Amino acid sequence: MNPNHPKSPFIIHNSSFNLPPSVAPDVIDASCRLPLVVLFLSAAVWLLTASAFGLIASIKFHAPGFLADSAWLTYGRVRPAAVNAMLYGFCLQAGLGVALWMLARLGRTTLAAPWMVIVGALCWNLGVAAGVVGILGGGSTGFENLEMPAYAAALVFLGYLMMAFWGVLTFHQRRERQLYVSQWFLFAALFWFPWIYSTANLVLQGFGARGMAQAVIAWWYSDNLLVVWLALVGLAAIFYFVPKLLNRELHSRYLALMAFWMLILFASWGGIPASAPVPAWMPTLSVVTTVLGVITVIAVFVNVFRTTGGKCLMRMSNPSLKFIGAGLASFVVVGFASAVTALPAVNQVTQFTWFTIGKGLLNFYGFFAMVIFGAIYYIVPQLMGQEFPFPKLVRAHFFTAALGVLLFAVPLAVGGIAQGLKLQHAVIFADIAKGTLPFLRASTVGDLMMALGHVMFLVNLGGLVFQFYRGRALSAWAEATAEIKTAEARP
Amino acid sequence: MNYGPLIFLAAFFALAGSWSGFVLTPQLQIGRLQQTNTIGNPTAAYPVARPGLAQQGLDVYRANGCAYCHSQQVGQTGTVLEIALTDAGTNHPPIIAALLKLAAAPADGPTVLTALPQLEAARTNGGSAMLLDGLPKAFLRSSSREGANAAIKALYAAGAKAQLWIVPVGPDLARGWGSRRTVAEDFLFEAPVMPGSQRVGPDLANMGTRQPNVNLHLLHLYAPQLQMKGSTMPPYRFLFERRKIGLEPSPEALVLPAEVAPPAGYEVVPKPPARALAAYLASLRADAPLFNAPLTVPASATPATSTNAATTAASAK
Repeated sequence: MNPNHPKSPFIIHNSSFNLPPSVAPDVIDASCRLPLVVLFLSAAVWLLTASAFGLIASIKFHAPGFLADSAWLTYGRVRPAAVNAMLYGFCLQAGLGVALWMLARLGRTTLAAPWMVIVGALCWNLGVAAGVVGILGGGSTGFENLEMPAYAAALVFLGYLMMAFWGVLTFHQRRERQLYVSQWFLFAALFWFPWIYSTANLVLQGFGARGMAQAVIAWWYSDNLLVVWLALVGLAAIFYFVPKLLNRELHSRYLALMAFWMLILFASWGGIPASAPVPAWMPTLSVVTTVLGVITVIAVFVNVFRTTGGKCLMRMSNPSLKFIGAGLASFVVVGFASAVTALPAVNQVTQFTWFTIGKGLLNFYGFFAMVIFGAIYYIVPQLMGQEFPFPKLVRAHFFTAALGVLLFAVPLAVGGIAQGLKLQHAVIFADIAKGTLPFLRASTVGDLMMALGHVMFLVNLGGLVFQFYRGRALSAWAEATAEIKTAEARP
Repeated sequence: MNYGPLIFLAAFFALAGSWSGFVLTPQLQIGRLQQTNTIGNPTAAYPVARPGLAQQGLDVYRANGCAYCHSQQVGQTGTVLEIALTDAGTNHPPIIAALLKLAAAPADGPTVLTALPQLEAARTNGGSAMLLDGLPKAFLRSSSREGANAAIKALYAAGAKAQLWIVPVGPDLARGWGSRRTVAEDFLFEAPVMPGSQRVGPDLANMGTRQPNVNLHLLHLYAPQLQMKGSTMPPYRFLFERRKIGLEPSPEALVLPAEVAPPAGYEVVPKPPARALAAYLASLRADAPLFNAPLTVPASATPATSTNAATTAASAK
């Protein structure tokens, strides 16, 4: 189905609904403009910040003494700062922006309370900034992906509620009663995050849990955020933009809904490593559900493949489709890699290695960020009614991003497997660690490429926003000055 | 048709399921773990809380993100049974003959653990007294309980007393990172728990048994490349203070080799966080024999493994 013309035989058109007429797209876009500009611009700034921290962390493998004398920039602080800036600063923030826009467009209604969304976005950014500074200052909680200290987490949570509440209200006020699949994904995502985030923070930082129960809860949180939430929003965007930009119908609504059910029922149980020192039923359950994730991946892939008619999205001329195609490819790779490495025999090799890190970053930069770039490159010109000031940079961004992800994920994966195989034998550890260095150093090139792409993204986005508001300001100025003249001239 | 409530319920029940599975149940199961006693020593409680300075060191470990490079979980691929002679009596030749016979048994039976040529040599030139010195000592390794029992019987028949030792094996253990796999009990009093997810550096689960010397930990934190050439570990010099020597050198000053030593008249003194971190590292040990991670600790061979006493001794330094 094309999201613009949803027609499902299973939905009964009930004429007793006295719905107000749907709102024109340009009016919807006007209501979304300022909140989305705030969300996307700050997300782009965080993306660049994350890259800068990531590069610092990466350079430390070339020269361990690099910036080592400053406590704030030691590896163990810069790396979580990079991950948190990427995850909370970019992924969640830009994802929420895209989600709000899709909810408004699919519901054919204006965004509810845009000003409150802006306040929420500011609160969110304040929280993330406090969190990143807190981590650099040594206030990390010690739980991966949840390092932000309690004060920052409270701000982040509040900011999220302020944005998501109006997202839910927009969904509720929709003037198109038929639901498109993306709305299922988005609605579930809106409500998923506050539950997992509040649980994880309250239990781990508030009430306290004993021993390894903390680690299990932290793994549960990471899995629900990095696998479930990112996939819910990313897949919503894929299912929305691919048919829309191709002007075709989505191949199968039911395959898409199956992916939805698989994701919320099974993917939410993943995350406990097969070797974790916890009661055996927990890793076992995680392994089974992670392997089942293959079905989700296949369902999504088949659905998109049939929708495009078998054409490769990355070869399309539309840059948004290129990005989304690369995102989908990464999603498939990450899904299969997760399923295979969940198996205890394989996990024995890949655990504790760079492979896991490479896979996690492929999920961030390869899947989610790519899809979101594609979405933003489509959405922002719609909001502004103008094209990007540097259209060539969009293409250049695609090539640097795709190449960067490749140059960075492949060495980490290969180096990780080599490292894991060596760890199976009682080889002297220092030799194993040395063996990974060439791969790590190669991945720095990928880091650099991606950072370059992020600069292009920020320049283009900032340029368009600047151009738009400059134009507005100029015309307002012209109007204001013109009015005075006519008023004086009249008598 | 209004699907909103349906989606909400779907997501609610899906998440409630995974929440009760991986948040609530671990709290009920792992959260209710209590101190246990170690195998063979019913009076020793395990684990014991860290002493104060080491507990502060955990905070330094957390703040500086040590867990991003160091795991604290050792794995094992299985356990084997070793047959140790505890008493060889005075008549050694039949025992040596019995050992050799057992070693020659089919592949699924016991195989000789110590060097076969030595046993052969002992039999031919009568150096048996030397070989059977220093008991208890493991001679045979068996993968099956039946095979081990049969071997013990055979050794008894030859006039020796033998014991069965449970020995965990695996690449991590062979590398000297520990003597058994890490279990949930090891982390009972940790807050926050940092099992780590990566091994950029070596596993630290048993750092205290490998290196009980706090001063060497301090030296390693100040200049990691001294002890390990080519290590990628960043130096943690911000945990140390370089200052002018006052009336007399501080007793706490690091003894540094020339290449990293401060200029004459200066000394490098660890700040309190560095001392805490070193105490924490020296307190790391997870090798007590437990019911769900059994191993035999030969009483006389390695006396240092009586965990509680050793932990306190190491961190009190």
